Amino acid sequence: MLQVKTPKSHKARRELEKRAPKLVETGKKTLILHGTKTSSVLNAILTEIFHLKKGSAIKYSRKNENIKPFESGGETDLEYFSQKTDCSIFVYGSHSKKRPENLVIGRTYDHHIYDLVEVGVQNFKSMESFMCDKKLSPRVGSKPFIAFVGEGFETVEELKHLKEVLIDLLHGEVVENLNLAGLDHAYVCSAVSSNKVFLTHCALRMKRSGTIVPRMELVEVGPSMDLVVRRHRLPNESLRKEAMKTSREKPKKKEKNVVQDAVQGKYGKIYIPDQKLGDMALPNKAKGVKRERREAKVKNEGNEPASKKKKEGSG
Amino acid sequence: MTLPMEMETQRQFQVDLGNLMAFNPHHSFPPQPSSRDELVAECLQKGTELVQAIADRLFNLPSTEDVDGPLVKLPSPTTRLPREKHLPKPKPPTKWELFAQKKGIKNRKKDKIAYDEQTGSWKRTYGYDHANDEDNVPIIEAKMTDEPGEDPFAKRRENKKKKIEKQEKNQLKNLKQAAKVGGLPSHVQLAATTLPITGSQAATKKVNKDELGNVAGLAATATASGGKFDKKLPGEKPPKHEGKYRKFLPVAEGTGIGSQEKEQTQRVLNKLISENSHEILNVNKAITMYNVKKEKKRSNLKGKASPTPSKLKPQNKSLKKSSKKGSFSKGKAKGN
Repeated sequence: MLQVKTPKSHKARRELEKRAPKLVETGKKTLILHGTKTSSVLNAILTEIFHLKKGSAIKYSRKNENIKPFESGGETDLEYFSQKTDCSIFVYGSHSKKRPENLVIGRTYDHHIYDLVEVGVQNFKSMESFMCDKKLSPRVGSKPFIAFVGEGFETVEELKHLKEVLIDLLHGEVVENLNLAGLDHAYVCSAVSSNKVFLTHCALRMKRSGTIVPRMELVEVGPSMDLVVRRHRLPNESLRKEAMKTSREKPKKKEKNVVQDAVQGKYGKIYIPDQKLGDMALPNKAKGVKRERREAKVKNEGNEPASKKKKEGSG
Repeated sequence: MTLPMEMETQRQFQVDLGNLMAFNPHHSFPPQPSSRDELVAECLQKGTELVQAIADRLFNLPSTEDVDGPLVKLPSPTTRLPREKHLPKPKPPTKWELFAQKKGIKNRKKDKIAYDEQTGSWKRTYGYDHANDEDNVPIIEAKMTDEPGEDPFAKRRENKKKKIEKQEKNQLKNLKQAAKVGGLPSHVQLAATTLPITGSQAATKKVNKDELGNVAGLAATATASGGKFDKKLPGEKPPKHEGKYRKFLPVAEGTGIGSQEKEQTQRVLNKLISENSHEILNVNKAITMYNVKKEKKRSNLKGKASPTPSKLKPQNKSLKKSSKKGSFSKGKAKGN
């Protein structure tokens, strides 16, 4: 027996529509969560990632016993959370003797694990440890620059993979129109050695250079850390192919007020708002338009003399 | 000298304007960095170069002035990232749509309001109080084919109900088909309901919280210890009837207690006896006995009238006697 279930309220309907697969996707949400044990460093990292991704991230604060992303059967909870929160990137922190300060960054496709990268964190410096102007601090939701330095990102497979994951994690929303005045932060990732990546977050300072292009200056605002790649799992080829599909056609916007006519061709309706002539500001106040002083006097006679009398009385 | 150098390096950078991302694949860090600060400084310097490279391209894009600042139209990203969800699948055509296509039937739009002949006014075409509603007629003219004793109004109502049911069934069928392909509209979910128990049509009723709790309580106390030593589940309430139902009284007589058990059993016995005291006579049995006697008497009379062998006579008598005795003894037993 099957039953047709439709949302009862319009709000619920909108929420479901938001979660439906789209032709063109603009941004992914991030789920931040941790295992049974986390160190203070890891806690700080997770909260700071959450702060950086605010607006498109969800942070879970409870311990999760059953999440072991690399083991079979350990991903069920993760997939369930991904479904529940509609997040497709997750950052999972755990701390153990074998793998201290462990961070697993992964992506999901259709709420199933797509790929995984495991990194260990070293030399972590939090946002608070950097002394800098508050003016410089990046705003929520602004699009960051991402810079990758080092040949390691091209030659070493793990780092190549990490690079892709980091782009997906950091790049923010895919936008068509960008406000140049809103650019205010950048991430710099450098492959220091074959398995270590130095990641730092910088604020941008734009200086005049005499040309249209301003001179860029980076000021470290944190967090900064070293990521040591541990394990990673690439997506399998067929899944990758499936996930990389894009559509040529763009989502059509409904055309309104335009009608095709066999005889007249295309014609449309234009709505013009009511002209509010009374409220219109005149370009210059000509003499004739001005109120005459006498008129104003007559009009205001009722209340003005009273104040004058008072003045006289006091004087 | 520096300018061409810069140009050269910029060409070597991989810049993805859509993601505001740049990559310098040519720089390699020394294997043993002298100090942490130096390394960070080097990274930042290289990063600045890259950011500058992105900015060079970005600020040279055609821009439009806005109140908040210059707006730039970004090209689409070149690094391809995996999708979050699969591409939306189109909804398969319904059975009617297929049929209409085959027959060349086209949708035509109906007006939202229609002229109602009954009232002579304009009413909505569909919905409550709509125009030309056949089910909302005060009088239905009788026809020759009408069966007597049938309510034509009720019949119409039933027909409408059936029509709606059929439509719902068709709709569900189409939705199932769509769900199979994955082209279900985003706001519709097909949820499985509980299956009916085999042999019955109705689906099983959903068990409510209290009923479930009662069953769980029964199950929990169905051990030898009455669930006393079992591990409690989180949120489990203690059983309603804690302890024993039956109380055993002391058999031996103590001072002041008296023979409570004897009293108790006697009370029960007295009650039973007093209840049945008025019907010592079992009426049913008495009637059957009376009937049997009558029958036998009649047969005896017949036997006397007809010449019967004398051998049977004493046998008959003996039987009578035995039956009488049995009945007496039984009656006595009842009385006690």
